[in-house]
Formats: sequence, structure tokens, C-alpha cells
Amino acid sequence: MTADDMDVPGVPDAGPEAADPEPVAVPLAEALREVDHEAARAALADVPWEPGAKKPDPILVADHVVRRFGGLTAVDADHVEVQRGVITALIGPNGAGKTTLFNLLTNFDKPDSGTRVFDGHNIDDVPAHKIANYGMVRTFQLTKALSKMTVIENMKLGATGQRGEKLWRSILPFTWKAQERDIEARADALLERFKMSHMRDEFAGTLSGGQRKLLEMARALMVEPTMVMLDEPMAGVNPALTQSLLGHVTGLSEQGMTVLFVEHDMDMVQEISDWVIVMAEGRIIAEGPPASIGENQAVVDAYLGSHHDSALDLDTEL
Amino acid sequence: MDWGAILENTIRGLIGERFIVFALAAIGLNLHFGYTGLLNFGQAVFMAAGAYGLAITVVTIGPRLNDPDGLDLGLSTTTLFWLGVFVAVVVFPLIMALIMGIPTLRLRADYLAIVTIAAAEIFRLIARSPRFDWLTGSSDGLSGFSKTFYDMSPFDPGGRYLFDLFIGNQMFLVLVGWVVLALSAFTCWLIIRSPWGRVLKAIREDEDAARSLGKNAYWYKMQALMLGGIFGAIGGMLRAIGFSLAQPDNFITDVTFFVWVALILGGAGKIMGPLIGAAILYGILDFTDIFLRQGVANGNIPESIMTGTQVGQVRFMLMGLGLVLLAAFRPQGIIGNKEEMALDDR
Amino acid sequence: MPQASRNVLRPDRRSGGARAVLTAIGALLIALAIGAPALAQDDSGADETLGGTLRTRDEAGENIFVEGATFTVFDADGNEVGSSTTDAEGAWLVPLPGPGFYSVELDESTLAEGVSLREGASNPLTGIEVQPGTTRNTLFPLGERVTTEDNTIRSVQLFVDGIKLGMIIAMCAIGLSLIYGTTGLTNFAHGEMVTFGAMVAFVFHVTWQVSWLGSWMSSLVFAGVVAIVITGVAGWLFNEYVWKRLRNRGASLIAALVVSIGFSILARYVLLYQFGGRAGFYRDYRIGQQVDFGVFSLLRKDIFIIVFALAVLVAVGVALQRTRIGKAMRAVADNRDLAESSGIDVEKVIRWVWIVGSALAGLGGVLFGLTENINWEMGFRLLLLMFAGVTLGGLGTAYGALFGSIIAGIFIQMSTLVIPSDMKNVGALITLIVILLVRPQGLLGRAERIG
Repeated sequence: MTADDMDVPGVPDAGPEAADPEPVAVPLAEALREVDHEAARAALADVPWEPGAKKPDPILVADHVVRRFGGLTAVDADHVEVQRGVITALIGPNGAGKTTLFNLLTNFDKPDSGTRVFDGHNIDDVPAHKIANYGMVRTFQLTKALSKMTVIENMKLGATGQRGEKLWRSILPFTWKAQERDIEARADALLERFKMSHMRDEFAGTLSGGQRKLLEMARALMVEPTMVMLDEPMAGVNPALTQSLLGHVTGLSEQGMTVLFVEHDMDMVQEISDWVIVMAEGRIIAEGPPASIGENQAVVDAYLGSHHDSALDLDTEL
Repeated sequence: MDWGAILENTIRGLIGERFIVFALAAIGLNLHFGYTGLLNFGQAVFMAAGAYGLAITVVTIGPRLNDPDGLDLGLSTTTLFWLGVFVAVVVFPLIMALIMGIPTLRLRADYLAIVTIAAAEIFRLIARSPRFDWLTGSSDGLSGFSKTFYDMSPFDPGGRYLFDLFIGNQMFLVLVGWVVLALSAFTCWLIIRSPWGRVLKAIREDEDAARSLGKNAYWYKMQALMLGGIFGAIGGMLRAIGFSLAQPDNFITDVTFFVWVALILGGAGKIMGPLIGAAILYGILDFTDIFLRQGVANGNIPESIMTGTQVGQVRFMLMGLGLVLLAAFRPQGIIGNKEEMALDDR
Repeated sequence: MPQASRNVLRPDRRSGGARAVLTAIGALLIALAIGAPALAQDDSGADETLGGTLRTRDEAGENIFVEGATFTVFDADGNEVGSSTTDAEGAWLVPLPGPGFYSVELDESTLAEGVSLREGASNPLTGIEVQPGTTRNTLFPLGERVTTEDNTIRSVQLFVDGIKLGMIIAMCAIGLSLIYGTTGLTNFAHGEMVTFGAMVAFVFHVTWQVSWLGSWMSSLVFAGVVAIVITGVAGWLFNEYVWKRLRNRGASLIAALVVSIGFSILARYVLLYQFGGRAGFYRDYRIGQQVDFGVFSLLRKDIFIIVFALAVLVAVGVALQRTRIGKAMRAVADNRDLAESSGIDVEKVIRWVWIVGSALAGLGGVLFGLTENINWEMGFRLLLLMFAGVTLGGLGTAYGALFGSIIAGIFIQMSTLVIPSDMKNVGALITLIVILLVRPQGLLGRAERIG
């Protein structure tokens, strides 16, 4: 595969609606009701196609974020903004620093310098677990299904603000039973939407790779996030499940959630993303709508200049 | 061979005070390791915290509080005893958990193992040191704190109870121990079924996943370490009351390993695991012990192979061997589920 | 010993880990049983002992244990029964041929500077009756310690002692660190390899008295070489039949860690069973000639230990830097996957790490036994100091282990300037905890990359 192939399969607007699963009523977080996905997408039309471009309504802003490992500078990102309410893809050849930047944006790693602001909160000194309370939730490249817990237990774990998660209340079940029932109902509704209800009481460890990805995504939604960060959502997924997963990702966006995902597979990027950020050697080298990326000389150079065979293939890192 | 005595000893092992002490400590370790995945190899320190919490409060601190030239609080022996129980099961274990947890709970799991083993050694060296003789009674330990407890006993100290298995005071201790044990197991069962217990299990499975869902993994691990430490301290306190003595040699690192064997034997991550494991472990150990002792005493086992003092060492060998074989071949324990365990192999 | 093990471990077995672990345990037990009669001989009839603890107080009234003082025990007829030198905790012990009356004499010239018998105290003590099967303690009251030495001189002396201890810790810890680096295993049974080495040398040097090589010196050298070979082979067998199997079965690191703890207890108590609870000494190396260097003085054996340990550590350092297998060890410890993909035979490297690491631990045990005494717990106690050193230097790195251990050794000795010497290890272990708090990756380690 060469760089020329990149723009070929791209049919930006096809697919999402077709693959959209039938909606099941799941109450949305208050904040989401006000986000208009279509308006947010439309607003991107005026954004210049350049690295570090300013967005009309950014939810996540990172400035001068630098991360070094020993002598190696893994990430040196001058300025990144992510538009609220749209699907943004973060791509780049192997070793470009995508996952490192992703970890920095979600605060699972601390930068050597730089600032990150999410939804008006400076998150530089905020521990990773608090980010979820601000409404940002992430998934992992190597899926972290909690193997020795059942699917429904996995789901219920995701709910925030649980009273029964206080130690002293745990021995007084009547103080949290009612809330637990609500959480369980919400978890069941989400499982229904993700077509996983029949596996409700199975151990998560028995699920296939694709099912784990689905579970992880569904579990993340239990947090009622405003922004969902997906680290290679398609990695290791059986092709039969790909369309369904894609449908779920676009579904998130239509409900008003902001999505940022790291991906290798250009087909998927072309298919569902509204905006693409390209990294190479730790820097942001290009930004723009998916169709523009294939023609960008810096991007072509970056891919050709690196191990371009593997960079554009799916699953090569696995 | 006196099979009556052998049977009697084995039954005492299965249900007696050592079973109670180690089952309690194993319940604590089960919270640490079985449910949260913490590699605590210093459960003996928590047990010692319980023993010394009571002993130090009653024997060392008490007279100073009552010193007519000092505070002169005039606390009664009973008040001091219950104050000691509070220090033993709440104050000391929480301090120990903070000391061991703060530096390690953010790091890889095996750092906790190293620090807890080191803590056990630090404790031993300090408790034995003549420099702290005034506080800990150095290697002779502290005694004279259990009278209040036995004064409450409704049993005749000279009588024999429960098919002559236990004498009066022992019977009282065992009875109290069973009640405490049952309450502890029930509390644990409640806790594990709650959302709090769900977070613990999530941390055991994958800490980062729990964190990504907004759970403060560090704090939950700390809470688990504290709570499990409290169960260990209750066990240690009962052990000290049983001996009427708090002595450093009763809480050496090897004590921790007995707790581990009990837990893994029964099944880590199961509520009944610690109880079943401790009963079987002490049943086996006490059977072997008296069997070998009788063999040595009546000459069935020649001196050249084993002497009386070496019998005691055999139980440690059995424990080491048990740990190896269980961890390698039956990590799920007696009541664990092999398929569930296999889900772990990622 | 290796022959015995081979008889047990059939070379063509194909089964999984199950039989391997069992056979390994069998081999361990049989191998140790072979040493049994020899050691039992040493123990036989020695149920009675005479001993004591020599201690004094300083100006502040704190206990100070007097190390290195020699006691000689005579029977009722005035024949010498044996002698003993006090260890770091001031303890001495002489096994007796049987119950009866004995006398004990303290060699006052071996008392540390500033320490003397209290006025009017009798020396020797005579007519001490020892009952069958008992240990009789004797008391030699000491006067209050007078500080004659200047603190700088004492510091220098402790510094030199610390370097010696640090080099011994380092020698033992290299294997621990490299095993961790290459396989991820925190091997709690490493301490028992140290004890095993010391005891193998003891069996050859004292119990069996392999003196056909001539002088005593050569016989300990011979015993030391035997110890190195046997511990090396033991390490190889341990890896081949236990750890390799567990790795191949994909056992989790936590299960492996618990297995190593099980082996640690099993080996420790098998050693206790065979060796008994008493301390042993390498004959003729208990006391020795002091060599005065002005600001500090050393026993001859200490000079030998320092020079020899330095030579071994330098050799190990050079080997890690220059030889193929040494470079491969560092590469695998640094990044196993990368090393594997660049064509390094990882299993072969791990095998060598086990052999060399265990042999070094065995050698360290011999040297440690030479400076203090040989007992069944020596390795376990040293293991904690190894952890302190390795954590200080950075877990998994070879040079970190070297560097951290030497710092730890110096720290342990120097700390007795401010804390009582029976608590010196407490200081080191508390430091370990503090280091984890402020710099968990160790002084030389690198922060780990996430994701």
C-alpha cells in the first residue's frame, strides 16, 4: 500500500447512517442535550487546514506538550484543539507518538512540560481518575475487559457517583440499593443497544476480542461522558463486527458526544471522522478534513519516509 | 501410638484458637490479595499491631496514664483493656497500613511485597531491641494484659468443655473467636457484594481500567489495605490474649506465610476460602505434628532421622512445599473455580 | 550432589511443569539429605552449649553489643573444649561435649577499644554447671564504654567496613537483579542460595575437612570453589526444572513470586533441619590478625575479602560490558522483546543469568560467612539488604545493583554512628521505603514508559 491509496476508499458521508443500530432509549447526560452535532460539523468548514488550527468551539486544548523518555522526545506538540461534538481522528505512522499524546491528553501520563485544558478545567495537576468526573472517558488499545467480573458487573462499575462505593455505606445495603437498581437498568439498556444482553452474566474473560471492544465502549458510556477517547477501537476486531463498531462510534457523536480516536486503518478514518490530526515523529504535521489528508505533502512524506508498509495496514502492531 | 490424642489434637487444629487467629488474618489477606490483588507479605505486622496495640496500651502506657505524678487519669483496668482493644484493632493497623501503603501503592505490585516483608523485619528488630525494652519488653515481650478478658469468662477455669477438648479459659477464647470470626466473614461478604467491593475487584483485574472509569485506585487500595489489616490485627490480638503474651517471635515473617498458605489452600477471592483453608491447614499441621512427636517419643522414628526439635521444623517445610505446589498447580484453591482462574491468563 | 540430582531428574521427561516442580523438590531434599550425616555428625552430642551476650552501655545508657571478643571454654580438667567470637549482636556460643562443669575465659585483648571488664569481675569464670540438654548463659559484666577514639576515625573505619559489606551484598544481588530484569521474577529464594553456598563450603571445609590440598587456606579456597560450582549447578537446575517450566506454562508473575517464596521457606527449613539452629564458623578464620592502616584497621581476612570481592565485581562488570553473553544479558534485561527480535537466544541468556547469578550468590555466601557466621537464616536476612540495595540502584539493572548495594552497605555501617548497632538494618530498610517514596525507579533506573 502506498500513500496514493489513502484517499481512494474514502467516501466520507457513506456508511454511518446505514450501520446505525436502532436506537434504544438511554437517558443522555444533561450537557449533551445542548450539543448539536450537525452544527459542530458545519463549523469546521471555516477552520484552516494547518497544524494546530484554532477551532470555533474547542472542548480539549493542549499547549506545548512535551514528553521525553530518556533521550528520546516522544511527543512535542505545540498546540492541539479538538472541536466539540465531532469525531476527530489522530493518525500517523508507527512510533509517531499517537498513543503517548493520547495518554497525555487523558492524563494517564504526565508531560515533562505543557498545559492541557478540558472543557474549561485545567487538568495538568488532576489525577487520572478525576478526568472521568469531568466527563472524559477513555478506552485502551489492549482492551481492558475485567476478565473475572461478569459483563453486567463490568457495566455497573462504569457508573459514577455511586453511593455504595463508600466503604462505610457498603455494609448498609439499604443506603445504596435503590441507586444500584437504577444503575442496573441503565446498564441493561446499554447492553441492549450494543446487542450484548444475552451475555449479561458471562465472565468478561470469555468474550471475543470484538465483544470486549464493544463492552469497553458500552462501559465507558456508563460514565455519561461528554468526550470519549478511543485508543485503536478497531485493533484486533473481527471484520464482521467492524461495521457495528463504526456505527456505535458515529452514534456517540450524534448523541452530542465528542469523539477522539487513534487509528491505523485509513478506511475507518475516511469513513467516520469529521476532522483528522496527523502526527509524525512526535509532532503534529497536518490537520484537516479526511479528504484533504491524502493530498497533503507533509503527510505523504511522513508515511513514505517511515515504515510505510506497516503504517497503513491494520493490525500490524498486534 | 495414642490415636485418641492424635484425633483430639487434629480436631483442636481444625476448630481451635490457631484456626481462628489464622482464619481472621487470612480474611484480611483475602481482602488484600484475593479481592484487590495486593501482594501483602507483611500480614504478620498487622497481627503484631493487634497484639502489641493491646499489650502496649495496657501494660506500658496504662501505668503512665495513671501515674499519680503525671496525668493521674485513674483509668480502671477494664477501661484500659477496652482502650487497648481500640488501639489494637483500629489505631495501630491504620498506622501500619499508611506506613506500608503510601510509598508502594502507586508502584508495581511486587514493590509492596518487598516493603511489607521489610516491614515485618523492621518490626521484629525494633520489638526485640533492648533499646525499646521499656516499650515492647524486648525479646521477652509483654504480659499481664489478658486478665480483664478472662475475668469475663463464664466458664470454670478448671473445667473441661466441648468433649473435653478445651479447658475453661480456652473455651471462652475459642467461643469469642468463633463469634468474631463469623461476624468478620459476614461483614466481608456484605462488603464484597457492594459497589465498593466491585471497585476492588476491578482494581485487581486492571487498575488502569478502574481509573479510566473515575475510580481512585490508590485510595481504594489504601482502604483495602487498612480494612484487611484490621482483620489481621483482630487475629493477632486474639493470639496474644490466647498466649497471655505479646512476643516478637510470635509474629515473625514466617507467620505471614502460614496465612498465605491458608488463603491459597482455601481459595483466594472466595468468602469461605480463608476459613476452610485455615481449618484444613491447621488440621493437617497439628496432625503431622503430634503424629511425628509421638513417633519420635516412642522410638518409631529413630533419632538419627528426626529429633524432637526437628519436628517443629517439619511443619515449616510442609508449609513451604504447600505454597509451591498450590501456587504452581492449584492456584484456585480447594473451593475455587479453575475455569474462572484461567481467565486470568492474558 | 549434582549427580544425585540427575538421577532424580530424568533427562527425557516431556511432561509439563507438574512433575518438574515435584522432581526439583525431590532433588533438593535428596541433595540436602546427602549433606545430612556429615552435618549431623557435627551436631551429635552437642545438645549442651555455653554462651552469652556481651554488651555494654555508652554514655547515653544505650546498649552497645561488643563484636569480635573471643571466649574459650575449658572442661573440668582444664582441656580446651572450644572457643567462640561474639557476632554483631554480641552473642557467642560454644557447643559442649556433654553436661558437666566448665570454665570460660574471655580474651580481654580481643575486646573492642574503649571496652573493658567491670572492675572486680572475675575472668575466667569457673565451675559453671551445665545440665543435660541445656544452654547455659554466662555473664561477663563490662564497664561503661569510654569513647577514646575520635569520631572521624570511627567514621573511616565504618566506611571501610561498609564497603566490605556492600561488596558482599552486591555480589549476591547481581543475580537477583538480573533474574528480575530478564524474567520479571522477584526471586525470594535467592537468599537461600547464599546460605546454601556458605553451607556447602562449611561442609567441605569443616565437616568433611577436605584438607588433602595442604594448608588450611587452600582448603577453604577449595571449599569455596566447590560452593561456587554447586550453587551454579543448583541455579541451572532450578531454572531448568522449575522456572523454565513455569514460564512455558505461562504462569503469572504473581504465582511465580509465591512459588519462589514457597521455595525460600522450604529450603530455609531444610537447611535448618540439616544444619541446626546454631551458628557455624569457618575453622581458623574466626579471629585473625589485625592490620593497622593508621586511620582504620582491618583483619587480614577482611583485606582478602575486599580485594577478592573487588576483583570479582570488576570482572563481572567487564564481562557484562565486553563479552557476548554479558552484552546479551544487559540487552535482555533492558528490553526482552527487542533483544529477542534482534536474534538473541533469550532462553540461553536466562540460563546463564541463573547459573552466574546463583554462583555469585554462593560465593557471596562464603564471603559473608567468613565475616560473620554461618547460620540457616543468613541468606534471608541478607535478602532484605539485597532488596534495599537493588531498589536503591534500580530494579533490573546490573550496574544499578552493584552501585546500590555498595551504597547500602556503607549506609548500614555508617548509620551505627547515630543508631544502636543492633538496629543498623532497620535504618537500611527504612531507607528502602523512603527511596520508594521519592524515587521509585532507583538512583540509576529510568522512569517507565507507559503505553
